[in-house]
Amino acid sequence: MAEARSGVQTLEPWNDPDAKPYIRIQNVSKKFGDFVAVNNVSLDIYQNELFCLLGGSGCGKSTLLRMLAGFENLTNGNIFIDGVDMVGIPPYDRPANMMFQSYALFPHMTVEGNIAFGLKQDRVPKTEINKRVKEMLDLVQLGPFAKRRPHQLSGGQRQRVALARALVKQPKVLLLDEPLGALDKKLREETQFELVNIQEGSGVTFIVVTHDQEEAMTLSTRIGVMDKGEIVQVGTPTEIYEYPDSRFVADFIGSVNMFEGRIIEDEADHVRIASDEAGCNLFIDHGLSTTPGAKVWVAVRPEKISLSREKPNGEENCTTGRVDEIAYLGNLSVYRVELESGKQMRVTMPNLVRDAAERITWDERVYATWQPSSGVVLTR
Amino acid sequence: MTQRRSMFLLSSVVFGFAFLYVPILSLIIFSFNESKLVTVWAGFSTKWYGELIRNEQILEAAWISIRIAFVNACFAVALGTLAGFSLARFGRFRGRTLFTGMVTAPLVMPEVITGLSLLLLFVAMQDLIGWPEGRGVTTITIAHITFSMAYVAVIVQSRLTSVDESVEEAALDLGAPPAKVFFVITLPIIAPALISGWLLSFTMSLDDLVIASFVSGPGSSTLPMVVFSKVRLGVSPEINALATIIVLVVATGVIAAGIVMRNQELRRARDEHMAAAENL
Ligand SMILES: Nc1ncnc2c1ncn2[C@@H]1O[C@H](COP(=O)(O)OP(=O)(O)OP(=O)(O)O)[C@@H](O)[C@H]1O
Ligand SMILES: [Mg+2]
Repeated sequence: MAEARSGVQTLEPWNDPDAKPYIRIQNVSKKFGDFVAVNNVSLDIYQNELFCLLGGSGCGKSTLLRMLAGFENLTNGNIFIDGVDMVGIPPYDRPANMMFQSYALFPHMTVEGNIAFGLKQDRVPKTEINKRVKEMLDLVQLGPFAKRRPHQLSGGQRQRVALARALVKQPKVLLLDEPLGALDKKLREETQFELVNIQEGSGVTFIVVTHDQEEAMTLSTRIGVMDKGEIVQVGTPTEIYEYPDSRFVADFIGSVNMFEGRIIEDEADHVRIASDEAGCNLFIDHGLSTTPGAKVWVAVRPEKISLSREKPNGEENCTTGRVDEIAYLGNLSVYRVELESGKQMRVTMPNLVRDAAERITWDERVYATWQPSSGVVLTR
Repeated sequence: MTQRRSMFLLSSVVFGFAFLYVPILSLIIFSFNESKLVTVWAGFSTKWYGELIRNEQILEAAWISIRIAFVNACFAVALGTLAGFSLARFGRFRGRTLFTGMVTAPLVMPEVITGLSLLLLFVAMQDLIGWPEGRGVTTITIAHITFSMAYVAVIVQSRLTSVDESVEEAALDLGAPPAKVFFVITLPIIAPALISGWLLSFTMSLDDLVIASFVSGPGSSTLPMVVFSKVRLGVSPEINALATIIVLVVATGVIAAGIVMRNQELRRARDEHMAAAENL
């Protein structure tokens, strides 16, 4: 994950109190009748960011994007783009272009015509239009299909036309609704790369909607996780993965083992939690400020747990169970371990040895351990 | 068992088609009858077609009917498209149900009532503002537009509901103002619906007898009115010949439209198939 971003952006405007957000979403709500599709969302997005909105189906991602593009009126709140209040500004006057989830290609125009449409509205000279359309066609590898109509294209090709059509105008803000959903794995990775390249080179601010968490991790500078119309957490991919602040986020991003427990000791430098579910006391190497006895959950990622046949030293962060299921994925194996409490635990371990006989197998009794820094304590 | 069933199906089909087409067939056959008596066969002849061409009254009526039908179809498409568009796209505005009901009411209103009410309206308008002056081609055309545009509105509305609205939103988003979106995106996409709406309006206007009878004036008898008044004096083979020509023209139009649409459908299916097979 996060390979595409390995260039490491050191710029983090969201940590800079003086930075001015480029897109400011303030307390925005949207109701359809009585149904609240977007509930009091506030977000600051900075120039040159590639911000991912991530969330399950029906959580209001598209609705939020449509409000930014100007297709839905806000029930409440304000949206500013580049300091300008967007209320009352129609879609055709907004400095944003959108790529629709349903592609929304013009069925009576060729691929070329579709891509050129936006430029024609701006009265760009014809030679310039031709040049930019050709560049776009090359970028999305659709050169040979320039003269075709949308219904003569496959789903993935249509998606690329939609992408090209939104990109070609080089707007200040690009809103992409599930831009890569219909592409196969290889093309998807290439296009993800391309998106990041375009975004880094152009100074355009991207907001990308996806429900594919891996895609969000790969693409984004920051991720906003949505649930039932609300933003539940905003952070860099690493923050979201390593420091989720709710059970929903921990569960939604990657897989996780969640142990319910009660705080028995809360000091400045450590916390101790009793958990029947885990079958051991859980030790975390930093303090919280909760009341002892409070109910909490501890989330431990599968790859941070190691299994062994011999009982390790120490009683804490160490539990035991029986191997129930193994999935061999080549580079690593996924184990499902049934703990004594009956809880299923998921563990991924790299396949360091080649010899199958040495690896842990079904029905073996194993010990599972993890570091005091591995668990994340969640209070909600 | 299955054989009995297929026999049953076959005879139902034969009976059904006979019911539909035997009257028309007999009409066509008797239009080539030598005799003046419609029911007695006296040998093959095309003389009634000759008579028809020489009949000034029928030719004039046909010309009036075609002119009315043409103007009616054009206006009905323009007005009906606007109504259908607002029904399909303005979302849930206040009184939308009422508006929908009112647009489609002429479809179910008895023609006698439509005709009578229009007549009263025209008379009242003439008294008040002096227009329309008397009744004639203009009043018939206006009357036809009122019910034709309801059909067009319904056709356009149903076509628009199957067009993804985000296509129009995409055009807005790319910088085209609403009026331009309507003419450059919406209209081309629903063009087939407009054509079929036009053809439907045209034929309905050609067909109409009742409403035209109410609002016509001296010197503006349409073809159906002339035919009807002649038939009351007794069916002549001339009318059979006229009817045969009309059946022929209508059938040609329907079949041609059918072929065009089927070809379009086939080509589309083939294109989609090919695109999926390439799977690039
Ligand atoms: N025009 C509308 N009228 C009523 N309800 C709507 C309307 N548009 C969206 N909704 C509702 O708002 C909620 C959020 O919809 P939205 O399209 O934003 O979801 P989403 O997060 O984009 O989901 P997906 O991943 O499936 O695209 C859904 O429950 C949907 O049913
Ligand atoms: Mg959506």
